Amino acid sequence: MNTTLDRLSPGETATVTALDVEGPQRRRLMDLGILPGTRIRADRSSPLGDPTAYLVRGSLLVLRRNHAGRIHVDRHQG
Amino acid sequence: MSTTPSPPTTNACGTCALNNAANLRRLGVDPSGHDLVVALAGNPNTGKSTVFNALTGLRQHVGNWAGKTVDRAEGGFEYHERRYKLVDLPGTYSLLSTSEDEDIARDFLVFGRPDVTAVVVDATRLERDLNLVLQILQITTRVVVAVNLVDEARRHGITVDFRHLSRELGVPAVGMAARRGTGIEDLLDALERVALSPDSFDGRRVVHRNRRLERAVSHLAERITQHVPGVTNPRWVALRLLEGDPALERAVAEGRLRDLVADPAGPRSETVPEEPDA
Repeated sequence: MNTTLDRLSPGETATVTALDVEGPQRRRLMDLGILPGTRIRADRSSPLGDPTAYLVRGSLLVLRRNHAGRIHVDRHQG
Repeated sequence: MSTTPSPPTTNACGTCALNNAANLRRLGVDPSGHDLVVALAGNPNTGKSTVFNALTGLRQHVGNWAGKTVDRAEGGFEYHERRYKLVDLPGTYSLLSTSEDEDIARDFLVFGRPDVTAVVVDATRLERDLNLVLQILQITTRVVVAVNLVDEARRHGITVDFRHLSRELGVPAVGMAARRGTGIEDLLDALERVALSPDSFDGRRVVHRNRRLERAVSHLAERITQHVPGVTNPRWVALRLLEGDPALERAVAEGRLRDLVADPAGPRSETVPEEPDA
C-alpha cells in the first residue's frame, strides 16, 4: 500500500519507492542507504512523535517528520 | 632461539606466530622521511581511529576532526623497513554530499595521490558501508578494504566471505578486530602489496552506458588534463563538474586545481624513485 515513511507505525516495514527530495538532501539520504527498493522498518519514535528512528541496512537512522514525509514507500502487509 | 643476550627490542618476536604485526614499528607522530603515503578512510564509527592508533602507536582519541583547525591527523609507522605516513581522513558516509569533512577526505584522495588507501568498514553494516568503498574506487583503485569489527559481527551471526568480497571489488579485503589487534598483520601485508605494485588494480567501476554523457566526460577530461597536467583521475573530476559539484567548480574557477595537485601529501624522502602513475 502506497504511503509515506512518516505514516509507518513502530514495527511496520515498507519498501522505498521514491524520494521526493532534490539536491544535496537527496544525495545525503541515498548515501545513508535510502534508495528506491530499500527495505526500511520504523523502529521507535521520540516521546513527542518526532523524530523517528528507522532501521535501514542494519543501522538506525533518525529522521524528522518533514524528511520522512517526502520518502514514498510501499507498506508491507501483515 | 639464540643464546646470545639480545637487546630489548630484538626481532625474535618476529618469528613468533602469536605476535601480531611483529614487523611493525610504530613511529607515533613522526612521519618524517616517509617512503609511502597511506590514506585511512571510512564511515564514522567503524573503528578507523582504533586502526590508526594500532598502526602508529598513538593513543589519543583521534576523533572526527572538524575541518577548519586540524583537517587530518597524521602519524607514521615502519613495516619491512619502509617508512609509511598514515593520514587519517575525517569519517564520512560519502564523498559526494557537500560537507567540509567530505571535501577534505575527497580532496586528499583525488589530489594527495596516496600510494594506497585503506577503507575501514564495519562488518556488521557492510551493505551500507560499501557505498563509500565504491565511491573511492571511482577515484583510485589502489585500495585495501579493511573489514573491521569481525568479532562483533560473529556475535551477531555474521561471517564475511573475504575472498568473494575481494573478487567482487577487485581489490584486497582483509578482516580485522582492531580493538584486539587481530588482523593488523594482514592489513599491513595488503597495504604493502598494493602500495608497491607497479600494476594498477582492476577495481570495480560503476559504469554508465550513456553515449552523450560519455562524450562529455571524455571531452572535459581531456581539457582538464591539458589545463592541469598531473591530475590523477581527470575523468572523475569531469564527472563531478558535470554533476555540478560546487566545491570542484570553485577549485577550477579560482585556479586552485593546480595547487591541489601540487602534492599536498608533503615531500617524500628523496631516495625513493617516483611511483609509476596508476
